Amino acid sequence: MTAASVTQAPPRRRLRDRLPVLHQLRQSVGLQRGMLVAGLIMLGVFILCAIFAPLIAPYGFAQRADASGSFGTQQPPSPEHLFGTTVGGYDVLSRVVFGSQTAILVVIVAVTLSLFIGVALGLYGGYFGGWLDKVMVVVFDAIYAFPSLLLAIVLSIVISGGQSSLWGGVLAAGGSIIVVFIPQYFRVIRAETVRIKAEPFVESAKVLGASSTRIVFKHVFRNATRTLPLIITLNSAEAILTLAGLGYIGFGIEPTAAADWGYDLNKAQSDVTSGIWWTALYPGLAIVIAVLGIMLVGESLNDLADPRLRARRRVSQASGQVAETSVVPGGTLTAGPGGIDGLEDGETFDEHGIEVKR
Amino acid sequence: MSTLDTVPSTEDLPAAGRPKPKSSGGGFGRYLLVRFLLIFPTIFILVTLVFFLMRTTGDPITAAQGGRLGPEALAELRAAAGYDRPIIVQFLEYLGQIVTLNFGDTLTTNRPVVEVLATYGPATFELVFYSLIVAFVVGIPLGLFAAYYRDKPQDAVFRVLAIYWYAVPIFFAGLILKLIFSVWLKWLPVAGRASVGAELQMQALPNKTGFYTIDALMTGNPAVLGDVLAHVVLPATALGLLTAGIFLRLVRTNVIGTLATDYVDAARSRGVHEYRLLRKHAYRPALIPIITVIGLQIALLLSGAVLTETTFEWKGLGFILVEFIESRDYVAVQGIVVLLAIIVALTNFIVDIIAAFIDPRVRY
Amino acid sequence: MSTVVDIRNLGVSFSTDAGAVKAVEDVSISVERGEVLAIVGESGSGKTVTAKTILGLLPETATTKGAVVLSNREGTRESDVISISKQKLRDIRGTDVAMVFQEPSTALNPVYTVGWQIAEGLQAHSDMSKKEARAKAIEILGRVGIPDPEVRVDHYPHQFSGGQKQRVVIAMALVLDPGLIVADEPTTALDVTVQAEILDLLRRCRDEFGTAIVLITHNMGVVADLADRVAVMYQGNVVEQADVKTLFAAPQADYTKALLAAVPYVGHGTVRAAERAAARPTNWTDQPPVVEATDLEIVYPGRFGRAGFRAVDGVDLVIRPGEVLGLVGESGSGKTTIGRAIAGLTKVTGGSLKVLDAEMNGIRERQFRPLRSRIGFVFQDPASSFNPLLTIAECVAEPLVIHGRAKDASSARARVNELLEAVQLPRAYGDRYPHELSGGQRQRASLARALALEPELLIADEPTSALDVSVQARVLELFAELQREFGFASLFISHDLAVVDLLADRIAVLYRGRLVEEGTGTEVLGSPADPYTQRLLASLPVPDPVAQAERREELRRLREAE
Repeated sequence: MTAASVTQAPPRRRLRDRLPVLHQLRQSVGLQRGMLVAGLIMLGVFILCAIFAPLIAPYGFAQRADASGSFGTQQPPSPEHLFGTTVGGYDVLSRVVFGSQTAILVVIVAVTLSLFIGVALGLYGGYFGGWLDKVMVVVFDAIYAFPSLLLAIVLSIVISGGQSSLWGGVLAAGGSIIVVFIPQYFRVIRAETVRIKAEPFVESAKVLGASSTRIVFKHVFRNATRTLPLIITLNSAEAILTLAGLGYIGFGIEPTAAADWGYDLNKAQSDVTSGIWWTALYPGLAIVIAVLGIMLVGESLNDLADPRLRARRRVSQASGQVAETSVVPGGTLTAGPGGIDGLEDGETFDEHGIEVKR
Repeated sequence: MSTLDTVPSTEDLPAAGRPKPKSSGGGFGRYLLVRFLLIFPTIFILVTLVFFLMRTTGDPITAAQGGRLGPEALAELRAAAGYDRPIIVQFLEYLGQIVTLNFGDTLTTNRPVVEVLATYGPATFELVFYSLIVAFVVGIPLGLFAAYYRDKPQDAVFRVLAIYWYAVPIFFAGLILKLIFSVWLKWLPVAGRASVGAELQMQALPNKTGFYTIDALMTGNPAVLGDVLAHVVLPATALGLLTAGIFLRLVRTNVIGTLATDYVDAARSRGVHEYRLLRKHAYRPALIPIITVIGLQIALLLSGAVLTETTFEWKGLGFILVEFIESRDYVAVQGIVVLLAIIVALTNFIVDIIAAFIDPRVRY
Repeated sequence: MSTVVDIRNLGVSFSTDAGAVKAVEDVSISVERGEVLAIVGESGSGKTVTAKTILGLLPETATTKGAVVLSNREGTRESDVISISKQKLRDIRGTDVAMVFQEPSTALNPVYTVGWQIAEGLQAHSDMSKKEARAKAIEILGRVGIPDPEVRVDHYPHQFSGGQKQRVVIAMALVLDPGLIVADEPTTALDVTVQAEILDLLRRCRDEFGTAIVLITHNMGVVADLADRVAVMYQGNVVEQADVKTLFAAPQADYTKALLAAVPYVGHGTVRAAERAAARPTNWTDQPPVVEATDLEIVYPGRFGRAGFRAVDGVDLVIRPGEVLGLVGESGSGKTTIGRAIAGLTKVTGGSLKVLDAEMNGIRERQFRPLRSRIGFVFQDPASSFNPLLTIAECVAEPLVIHGRAKDASSARARVNELLEAVQLPRAYGDRYPHELSGGQRQRASLARALALEPELLIADEPTSALDVSVQARVLELFAELQREFGFASLFISHDLAVVDLLADRIAVLYRGRLVEEGTGTEVLGSPADPYTQRLLASLPVPDPVAQAERREELRRLREAE
């Protein structure tokens, strides 16, 4: 999409430019790079914790005693218990570390399932339209406008009767998040599909006599799903927050089944009033780091994908090559300097409303 | 000069000859009507969804009393409440009740759900109101600043702040605020809507509203008002900052978008001051999408209110909802959820009308 | 005479993802008081950047060197736009120099009334009261030819037509009586009949207000109509500066010569069409037509029960095998709709449309699909008519794969290479992605794709309107060559009479969904019968200042006659 790539036009970009995150990291400058790096570090800590939880955590998540006896409840941080112990007598550090596993599990379950269903329905609705599409739009809009935590509560009651085992809890949280997310993917993909459907290259395929299946899979699908990585990061963050929210109001996973940050915060409520800070602070910080990491990465990638939002290195006074007349993308008569107007595509900010719902 | 081009009908069509997706004709009244009629399917869908979902777990009596009563006693209670009839009959009956604004009686306290709303609704309304003030006062100016200083250090600070506010779970923020300002510094009250003394004074009022700010004013006692306002600071901040983060991001992106338009350049070419460009030319057109999205945030605010109320023992709808959930009173839960759905649908309608009113292309 | 703006050794660079790109290299131009200087060039020549520099409107990614010295109307103050402070720059914007934008619909803020926007400029530079500013706004709107300015001053931009919006933009530029107006492609977004009026208005700006104008344009006809002096830009440099008559009569630089030679000129195609007509066999008209429309009607449904929009209203037309029918009309005339209906992209709602013997009124996609291999289509915008994720070879192979002539894209490669060569593209370009090709190259590839199955009918919807003049000339030439070689019938849709004239055997003129005139090029362009065709033809500026002056007189007579 750049002026220079036209003049030489290498058949394929180099590998390091094609790897998703790495490419953006190289492309970024200044503050944007700072945000991306910070996000990647936090995300890395989160993922490493989840993978190596048994190695990192000093005790098990359901452990209340070791060889030297019971841990004791609400013990302040000490060399044995770096983050102290909870009102239930668990080691806070261990539960914080193991909590990342539960969080990642929910993210994976919720995002994958809602992604598949939402994208499939969005493609169908956007391309074929018809009454089914209209019904889906109305239903999903209704769900989308509804407080998602309330919906999650209702679904939690349905799925697990309110409280549960690891998988019961994960499925309850995950399931409710799926129902809330499907409308989001549906909306985004449907809107993209409707837009792409009117693009000349799709009409061109239609004029050539291509079947609907071919058009949807060959021309629409890959173009419509380009915005997904950003939405996935945002929804992953939301998934963690919803799981925590459910745990906090008492739909958490039983401490013996798994570590749940939200559940721990629920139990820490009364501690705070009596000045016991460690039981609330650490699980809370864990949520913040996980969510913040994901959101920073998502936000940076979004900026870097949009030429208008991307910061660029300043150039020295009037330097560089004059662009060839023939390299103007689109070749509009109206464009200004070669390749510069062409970089600014007419993307709108319409879909930004999506990223801000919980 | 001739006036060849005074007929707008032909030229104003896009080159492809296809009709515009959003026709500007038809008038504001028609838009209003169509938008109003759209409320009903929304409410119907949510009522249906919630009703059938709740019923998949069994009827409310079994859920509430299951295990405590013998099968015969249970069956008797169920028959008395009509839960032994076919579910579709029960559903139609429920729809009929909702049309007459009857949301059933709670099982645990045996009060009409509407009465529960009247008791606890004002508290939630007050909380949402104050947090919206926080969100507007903090979010919109900072968003404008961030757009103005885009890609400069100021912008980066505001943006990271916005993401941070969003990333911090609202109940965690609440707990930390409480820990610092109430427990350690002891500047502000720990929980509740007012202290006992103030509450007693307000309860004594003959025509109390339930909105403590108004009630406190009616007592004419500045100490009561001060007490009420001190109680609202922390919950409103916790809920408001989350929303402020969203407003900040929203304002920033949309204003950056409108700052790149030709009409901003055109105004700049007339010698208009940069500050005015931001305030008048970029902000107002950006406001239309912003308002629409803010409408959708009402759902988020209500979710947040549930969590905030639990944290601060703020006796509002969210607080009582969690209590009903714990006591497995699913009639009450269903009633409150459906009621909130109606409130959300109505709010979105009003917000869309406001957005349309700001946009002269819809208004005329 | 005194100088209004003096640009000295201007250089502008932008930082992009691909590193620094130089848009303007070393430009020196000056404009005298009351003079219209046209800066002409194709895309990428740096003309718009140069213009924006005069107002200091470049984005933050730009760096500049050199000087742009601007003086005020009285000649009492001089300031270098590049080096002065922001505050000073604001003071001279609007008072010393104003700008007219290309797209009037985006240059006006949609949420404020036009009066508010005009008054804003006034109030930014004086302590004028609201009332005074409003009175001034009404006055200036009247002067630029807006009827009922007292009422219209309170209207929002969307309540004006495109031409009127441009008048409003010009009014805004004039209201502070600047010594210089920079007009960036002021008529490109407008229909040709509206363009003629806006050009008249700009001429009045110079004559009545004594304003100097820097006119940025790619259209040599517009230059011939309005400019006093011309600077030709190419790749960031001024290659030639001359008096307008001298430039058209005796261009010096090679690039100017090539540019002038590439401009289509009404009347040049009639000879070729006559030759083709003479070469046809006598019973040619007896052949069954490829396309036959009788009383064709296409109505777009309205939303929420509103009345629909009648895009095509009772059109009769015929395209015979091997014949090129040029379909001309302004925006909203229904020309594109007819093309889309023939390709089965838009539903026919009334009358009859027969394409390759199939009745399109009420046809099902399944019945029509086999016929699609016999129809080719070239879209207007070469940038968006290719799937950005497929290579050119894969795109060109699409029709072959779809209609079973090849198993997949790679097995069709030999044929694809042939096709690429037929449209004069190197074979290696097949491995490139669409965005790696220029507009002209993409439009060639688009032709290759349309011709892959050797169709009997080719529909070309404004295939060159997104291209630069010199590129357009080459693509049109290629089109004519291919048509000779493949012998397909064609519906060639364009808003430009001169382009249609180059290629068409017959020309049909559409106006608001109705066919107002049809005939050979000689008939339609030589002696148009319909008043709309006459006006359309007279409005089209010709790239020759002397001839254009005559034409302008004729248009004035036509208008007075009405």
